[in-house]
Amino acid sequence: MTSIARENLFKAPSRMEFLKKRFRKLEFGIQAFLFFCGFVSILTTIGIVFELGKESLLFFQTPGVNLVEFFTTTTWQPSIGQYGVLPLVTSTLMTSTFAMLIALPLGLAAAIYLSEYADPKVRKVLKPILEILAGIPTVVYGYFALTFMTPLLRGIFGQQTVQIYNTLSAGLVMGIMILPLVASMSEDALRAVPRALREAAYGVGATKLETSIQVVLPAALSGIVAAFIIGISRAVGETMIVAVAAGAGPKFTFNPFEGAETMTGYIARISGGDLSYDTPDYNSIFAIGLLLFVITLGLNIISRTISRRFREVYE
Amino acid sequence: MENQMNHQPQDGQFAIQASHMDIYYGNFRAVKDCSLEVLPRKITAIIGPSGCGKSTVLRAFNRMNDFIPGCRVEGGILFHGQNIYAPDVDPVQVRKLIGMVFQKPNPFPKSIYENVAWGARINGYTGNMDDLVEETLVKAALWDEVKDNLKKSALALSGGQQQRLCIARALAVKPEIILMDEPCSALDPIATLKIEDLMRELSSNYTIIIVTHNMQQAARASDYTAFFTMDPDRSGIMVEYGETSQLFTRPRDQRTEDYITGRFG
Amino acid sequence: MINGHETLLSSQTPEMTRRNRSASLWQAIFFGAIVIGIIMLMVLLATIVNQAFGLVIIVDKVPAAALSDRPLEELSREELTTILQNRLSKNRFKTIQRDHAIETMPLSDLVNLVIDNVVQPQVKKSYPLLQSILNRSEILELAKSDYPDARVEFRSWLNRRFLTSTMSPRPETAGVRTAIMGSALLILITIVVAFPLGVGAAIYLEEYADSRRWINRVIQTNIDNLAGVPSIIYGILGLAIFVRALEPLTSGAAFGVVGQNGRTVLSAGLTMALLILPILIINAQEAIRAVPNSLRQASYGLGATKWQTIWFHVLPVALPGILTGTILAVSRAIGETAPLIIVGASTLIMKDPDGVFSSFTALPIQIYNWTTRPQDTFRNIAAAAILVLLALLLSLNAAAILLRNRFSRQ
Repeated sequence: MTSIARENLFKAPSRMEFLKKRFRKLEFGIQAFLFFCGFVSILTTIGIVFELGKESLLFFQTPGVNLVEFFTTTTWQPSIGQYGVLPLVTSTLMTSTFAMLIALPLGLAAAIYLSEYADPKVRKVLKPILEILAGIPTVVYGYFALTFMTPLLRGIFGQQTVQIYNTLSAGLVMGIMILPLVASMSEDALRAVPRALREAAYGVGATKLETSIQVVLPAALSGIVAAFIIGISRAVGETMIVAVAAGAGPKFTFNPFEGAETMTGYIARISGGDLSYDTPDYNSIFAIGLLLFVITLGLNIISRTISRRFREVYE
Repeated sequence: MENQMNHQPQDGQFAIQASHMDIYYGNFRAVKDCSLEVLPRKITAIIGPSGCGKSTVLRAFNRMNDFIPGCRVEGGILFHGQNIYAPDVDPVQVRKLIGMVFQKPNPFPKSIYENVAWGARINGYTGNMDDLVEETLVKAALWDEVKDNLKKSALALSGGQQQRLCIARALAVKPEIILMDEPCSALDPIATLKIEDLMRELSSNYTIIIVTHNMQQAARASDYTAFFTMDPDRSGIMVEYGETSQLFTRPRDQRTEDYITGRFG
Repeated sequence: MINGHETLLSSQTPEMTRRNRSASLWQAIFFGAIVIGIIMLMVLLATIVNQAFGLVIIVDKVPAAALSDRPLEELSREELTTILQNRLSKNRFKTIQRDHAIETMPLSDLVNLVIDNVVQPQVKKSYPLLQSILNRSEILELAKSDYPDARVEFRSWLNRRFLTSTMSPRPETAGVRTAIMGSALLILITIVVAFPLGVGAAIYLEEYADSRRWINRVIQTNIDNLAGVPSIIYGILGLAIFVRALEPLTSGAAFGVVGQNGRTVLSAGLTMALLILPILIINAQEAIRAVPNSLRQASYGLGATKWQTIWFHVLPVALPGILTGTILAVSRAIGETAPLIIVGASTLIMKDPDGVFSSFTALPIQIYNWTTRPQDTFRNIAAAAILVLLALLLSLNAAAILLRNRFSRQ
């Protein structure tokens, strides 16, 4: 026993001592650093909330600005003291709606094809192509909207009807950009539906289409809804396409062929110029940023809650 | 045997000793009031139906259960007069003295040499590493098969060779006790035979505790056997513990007899 | 009876025919959605290529023939210098002498200098590729009637000069070198900051954090939420924190740099790092989670500490996955534009960035800027810059795919 003991312990004087807890400085230091790394994300959120909140407060203390008018009046013209955010919100709503009109049906149809119809080989080719679409920088989509979509729309509806900058063109191109996101999230939801459910449907004589639409789709519905909501959130927060193609200058209009500035477009334009600190202009981008943050965060949380419920059903 | 189990143990008499140990997963008591004295330089087998907590007990001996969230051990395990679950004990140090071989061979995705050397190196071994690797691989009966390929990836070895490498890896740290969690369940009969022979070799220098679902293996390869089963409340209990020859030929408990004669379940 | 069964199993019954017809119709519709996506991708690429190449009508202010009877490329250094001296005002020539080493610069660069300053070619009209091919003769005729002195040539807007020259207000001479260097420096800062933080956070969450403790749950949820925050919000955060609040640090004033405000490449890099951090963490977490638990157990079983286990066994196995995830996150940062606009990348910068405290421009910023100009020729160089950006992204993604394939083969 003693001979084993000696070769056992490279350094320890006695085994009782050897087993004693020791303080490992390196281990402790590393763990502290790693915790800090994780904590940076909390600091980021605190930073966002604090800065947006602080500057927004300053904005609402500007003479001529009040919360009720901010949300109810339809003119945004800081130079003459008009601070109604509605035109920015409605144009955001319009571009997002057009985008979702494209992205939802196409994305869902593509997801059904990839999940239910495509054989693995075809899927392996098609999916990466859609992923390329998702990887293209948004400023390139902006270019595409301005040099392809807008002339196309003007060709179809007439140069007089369609302005060079218009919300429809920006919205449609945004829809193409969001399509792969909706498609891939919906596909994940469809594929998570257990095979047994499909087999049950086939077992009672359903065709592939009937199985897909009447059995698999309803089962995956909450996952698909989550994908849609994420898509909407992406559309609301998208900046470059609208900054390039939707028009500069807020305008309260529901005409898709007219230019109208969105919330993000406004922030980009104002801060692109020579912006001096502590002016109403400067503070206003924080107020609108806060609104944007609240909307997108809310949509993301809703989406994540729905998709968590969905996962709980199947896992 | 009965006497041995009931009298007060003296320090040094047992290699390791669990006393009135309860193991919980969250609120579920997985193992109930387990007392097990393991004799030094003997092979002790733990057998029992699946789900009876054999592996849980084994992993308690070197605090591997620490990594399972919600798992806690009450009572204690005495090792050199020290309860290894006492707050001032360092689990890392415990594992240096109590090594482990797992159910599925799990060599590191590194060379054969590195697999053996790494554990010794991090534990502060300063001697000649080549000698240690050779000595250990010889002990694990693997040296002749790999001596020309020490730089080759361990993943290229066969399953049986991988498992012997894992034993060598454990030996290189120079433990006192080696825990084996069904080490042959993923191996073919020939590889199993080699491991059983190896265990016999090693038992002259090391204390070995092995969990096995294979009664033949326990009967053939171990000196002592502990039989565990599941209580009606689904927690594991130790039914009987004694010399292997006695337990398999003259079991004292009806449940043991049912199990070893195949009348169980 | 037997007959009835045959009908039952046949696909020719009216009911089955109807069901099958609608099935194949819908299958075509589902497939059509993907086809539309692919067509859109093709059209997008075609639009860009269409704009990046094509015929141009060029009018020289001073025709090269008026300078010398031989082509400029064949002239000696002395002759070229003389042309510059004779054709330019004294002050202008002095400026050129100060900015360029006329005596030592490569001869081809000197020729370009003469062309830019003396010949001054101006693109009067530019045509997209498709039009250039289809209506070539009409374009040539129009050039002859409207611009009698003009040359018509086929121009690739993406050329060596475009890649190597600095920004310029004239599209004919503008290049993306400054923007590429700005983007490179920006990405370098982003990686240096985000990689250790991101991998560190991922290790913490996967290996250390007890998910039953509220703080760890908050961190995880928070990261998932941050991944969905629009990039423009990060821009606003960067403006408030890095550009403004930390100005003494990010402008370099605290380190003795004078005359710079907070709108530096450092501020932008830090902003970008925060932006990609959530994605990077989530990707790295997946890579770490994929490391088999048996490896960790083997290591702990030998008496290794937690960090020894992570450093020697978990990270080496997870590394290819972590790198792939990082590349994907970084390629997002390369194309991001909105945050750069907010933190103030300038568009008209001729000087290459010379450190982390310099003002800068970046590739996507140039694209944005040129896209929004009214002149056609800016559209052309925007397309050329997009091709550069896409090539950069493509090579990054190819690297990621190679890495992933090598990883999965092992």
